[in-house]
This record gives sequence, C-alpha cells and structure tokens, in this order.
Amino acid sequence: MTFSTSTGSASDERDAIIAAGVKPRRYGSWYVAEHRIRAMRAYLQTLIATGIGSPFLYLFGLGVGLASLVQQSVGDAQGHQVGYLAFVAPALLASAAVTVAAEECTYPMLMGFKWNPIFFGMNAAPISGNQIVNGMIIGVFVRMFPTVVVYYVFMLLFGSVPSSLGILDILVATFTGLSVGLAIMAYTSTITEDKGQMAIIQRFIIVPMFLFSGTFFPLSTLPIFLQWIGWISPLWHGAELGRVFSYGEVEPIWVTVLHVLYPLALGLWAWKSTQRTVTKRLNR
Amino acid sequence: MPQAVITASKLTKKYKDFAAVDGISFEVAPGESFGLLGPNGAGKSTTMRMVGAVSTRTSGTLSILGLDPNLHGPEIRSQLGVVPQQDNLDMELRVRDNLIVYGRYFGMPAKVVGKRADELLEFAQLSDRAKSKVDDLSGGMKRRLTIARALVNDPRILLLDEPTTGLDPQARHILWDRLFRLKEQGTTLVLTTHYMDEAEQLCDRLVVVDKGAIMAEGSPSSLIKQYSTREVVELRFGSDRNASVAKQLEGIGDRLEVLPDRILIYTDNGEAELVKITEMGLMPITSLVRRSSLEDVFLRLTGRSLIE
Repeated sequence: MTFSTSTGSASDERDAIIAAGVKPRRYGSWYVAEHRIRAMRAYLQTLIATGIGSPFLYLFGLGVGLASLVQQSVGDAQGHQVGYLAFVAPALLASAAVTVAAEECTYPMLMGFKWNPIFFGMNAAPISGNQIVNGMIIGVFVRMFPTVVVYYVFMLLFGSVPSSLGILDILVATFTGLSVGLAIMAYTSTITEDKGQMAIIQRFIIVPMFLFSGTFFPLSTLPIFLQWIGWISPLWHGAELGRVFSYGEVEPIWVTVLHVLYPLALGLWAWKSTQRTVTKRLNR
Repeated sequence: MPQAVITASKLTKKYKDFAAVDGISFEVAPGESFGLLGPNGAGKSTTMRMVGAVSTRTSGTLSILGLDPNLHGPEIRSQLGVVPQQDNLDMELRVRDNLIVYGRYFGMPAKVVGKRADELLEFAQLSDRAKSKVDDLSGGMKRRLTIARALVNDPRILLLDEPTTGLDPQARHILWDRLFRLKEQGTTLVLTTHYMDEAEQLCDRLVVVDKGAIMAEGSPSSLIKQYSTREVVELRFGSDRNASVAKQLEGIGDRLEVLPDRILIYTDNGEAELVKITEMGLMPITSLVRRSSLEDVFLRLTGRSLIE
C-alpha cells in the first residue's frame, strides 16, 4: 500500500505537531501537580482537620502536659539553656512535614502504578516519567507547606519560638519533609507488588526516626550505639537546624552546614533515582 | 491519496531473548480503520504501546505522523487518543474532572477543556453522570468515559486496545456505535481485538497477528474469501465420537477441521452438505450452518482457535 504526499502541507503539519508538544514539554510537571491537587480535594476535610488538630494536640499535650513534668531545661554544647517546649517545637514541626511526606509519597506512588494506574494514562498523553515525578513532588509540597505554616502559627501561639529567626523553621521543616519524602518515593516507585511494604515503612522507618532523631531529647543522651539513627536521619538534621533558628542553639558551623547538605544530597539523589525508576517502568 | 499516518517496518520488541513483536511491517492511511486481530499474547498490545510512543522499539523503523517516536514522543502523543486495555481513569476524581485533568495534559486552557468535557460527556452518553464517582459507573460506562477521555485533544489517531473486552453484549453495541460515528467523522482508528465480530464490524483492513508476527493482511471480507469458504457447517457428535465420525465425512465440503468439541466443514453451500450428511445416516447432536468469519481465517492460519 502506498500513499502519495504533498510536501508543502506535510511540512506545515509537521510544524503544527511539533508546536503541539511545546506546552506539555514545558509545563507537564505543573499539569500533573494540578491533577494531584484536584485529587486531594476529595479528602480536603481530613487534611484541614489533621492540619489544625495535630499541632494543637501535640503542642498542648507536650507544652501543658509533658513540659510541666520536665522541669529541667535543655542545654546545648555551650551550656545555653532553653525551655522544653521551645526545644521540642522545631522537631515537632519537622516531624509534621515528615508525616505528610510519609502519606503522600507512599500510597499515591503505589496507586499510580498498581491499584489505579493513572501514571500510564498520563504517559499516554504527552507527559513524561520525569514530569510525573516532578508533579507528584510539587503536589507533596503544596500539601506540606500549608500544614507546616499552620503548625508554626500554633507554635507561636504556644510561645515556643523565642527568636524571630524562627520563621525560617517553616522552610527547614518543608525541606526536611521533602528530603524524607523523596527518599521514600525512591523506594515506593520500585514496588511492583504490595506485600505490606507501606506498613513496614511506617513502623520501622518513620516511627523509629521520630523517636530516635533527637525529637524529644537531645541525641547525645542516647547510648552511642543508637545515635547513628539520628545521624542518618534527615529529621534530626532538620530538627537541629530548626533549633539553631528558633532559639539560637549553638553548634559548630560545619555541623550546621552538614544539616543543610546531607538532606539536600539525599533529596537530590532520591529525586533522580525516582525519575529513572518511573521512566523505566513506564517504558514497558 | 494522503501520506500514511503510521508506517512500521520490521518493527521488533524483545524482552531479553523473547520477541514479543517480531519484525512486523504495516501502514495505516489517514481515516482508515485498522485492526490487529490475534489471541492473547500475540504481541498486539506491545505493538500498540510502540505506536503509542510509550514503549521503545528494539529494532526496525516506526514513523507516526511522519515523526520518530524515539525522538518526538510527547509531540506524537499530543496527536493520539489512547484507550488502554485496562481502564486507568482516576478513581479519586469525579467523572467530569477526569476529562478536565486529562485535557490539561495536552496544554489545553481550562476554559476550552471545560467546554470540551461537556461535549464529550454528551457524546459518551454520560452527561447525567458528570459529577458521579468513577467507581459508581458500570463497566460499559467506564469504557465510554475512557474513550471520551481519549478524544479530549481531538486526536488524529485513536488507538484502542481491546476496547470491548469484559463488556456485556449491550454495552459492546453501544460502544461500537460510538466508534462507528468516529469512523464516519474520519478519525483514524487503530484497534486490537481478539473478537472476530468486532474486527468485522469496525475494521476496514486488518492484520492477523500470532506469536509476534503478521500471518495475513487484508479487509475482513477479502481475508475470509482468501482463507475460508463462504459457509461453515458446525457439527457436534459428542466429544468421544467427533474424531471417528470425521473419518466418514472425508470428501464432504472443501475442507474439514476437527476440534475437540465439534467438527467444522468448510463449503460454499452448507445446506447441501448437511443434506448429504443426513442421507449418510450420521445424526449429529446439533448442527449449524453459518457464514465464515475471521475466527475461521485464524483457525486456518494458525491451527488454533482465537479464544482458548
């Protein structure tokens, strides 16, 4: 079977097709994010309830409850003392971001490939694997940022932010949450069969990280053989950086730099790794 | 005649040593309705994914709308509508929102895509379900929504992978009607199916695919003419008797095919052959004279039934 062709119109048609690819190539990640945000509207009420209820309950519980029992203030390496709630608040803020990350980077990833394979639908449209990953991350950010801001407002209301630089904790917590979220995503994107890995992540990674990342007590009070959990945990780095800003915790500058570089490197590695995995899985 | 919208030459896809698609060549003209007919595992879906510019070929050449999918994936996909074998509608979104988010993937402005969504819901007979949850739709409705979604960008080529598998007869006919309308409007359709009636209803031309290779090519009627007779007599003598009776039937009809559950006699005059069989004193449990179908073509070409 042969078909003749008119060269002029074929070239116009080719130009039109190339032009139709420009917007998806440029804004594809944002279109995916838009999709995610629309999907989140389905459980918006839950998001608002947990976004407000969780900081209130934690800060009230710890500030009015536990802090009244912990009479002793917490000191840094230089001997500066700070109240318990001020010590614990930046870590709780980062934990709130990590909690969002643990939700948004697990089930939606598994769902997109397995339970409700929308990623294949996106990819059948002009969206690439990399854009799907970027869009998912933007979606996580969009949910995480307001959660962190609301949490911070509660921290202010409870008087747990002595320094005005504490406002930077919003960025630190978001940054921490994304770092953990991306690392989780790098793993969840590889799951082809659900064997309860999500529950394992929650129980054996998120919860221990929450408990052993210097959240409720300085890492140095832990036995040395448990301290490594904190060192490799972005949450510890995020909590410590948050403390530097919120009440001026004193630490060597190289440690502060490490608090930035480590989660950054982890996040970047995980981001690229997820993109590679997703692209490979879509190209069946 | 216009330029072919799809040209595949020696198209191959290998998974390690296994060739899912083994050097197939075909062309599809604009406005044509082209089918890939074959059993499960024949390589139809893999071919569709390569044509859909989401699966990289191992070797061969492929051109969609004059572009190479390896280089211009997003551009090609901007011109396609894809109805996958497995519905991948977003269950978290409402019916209309599924169309909206999908339209945005093509860079369509929100206002334009809203209007388009309403038109497509009308086309898919789903206007009254616009705000329903996808989960609440029947299988046929979900399929129609998937087709509506595939049309959101007004595609030049619509790829349909097993569009009616799993649907009840009524839902299939509604779907065929919608696809027939698209065909009438000049949309190029490329579909895979293992239902011969679907291929006969919808395809201008088709290739019969088996084990990753093309066995035959032509219009449904020309394939039937070439590989089968006008009519077929189907006889059932009981599974234990079919083989022994078949020996007595030698010489009846043009060709005889013995299947585990029935005997098929290929002939141009089924009624006349049936009279002869009755006169021989052979009393089948059931007998049926029907027209030849693509199922018979497939059986002739491969020695196997399409649906096993």
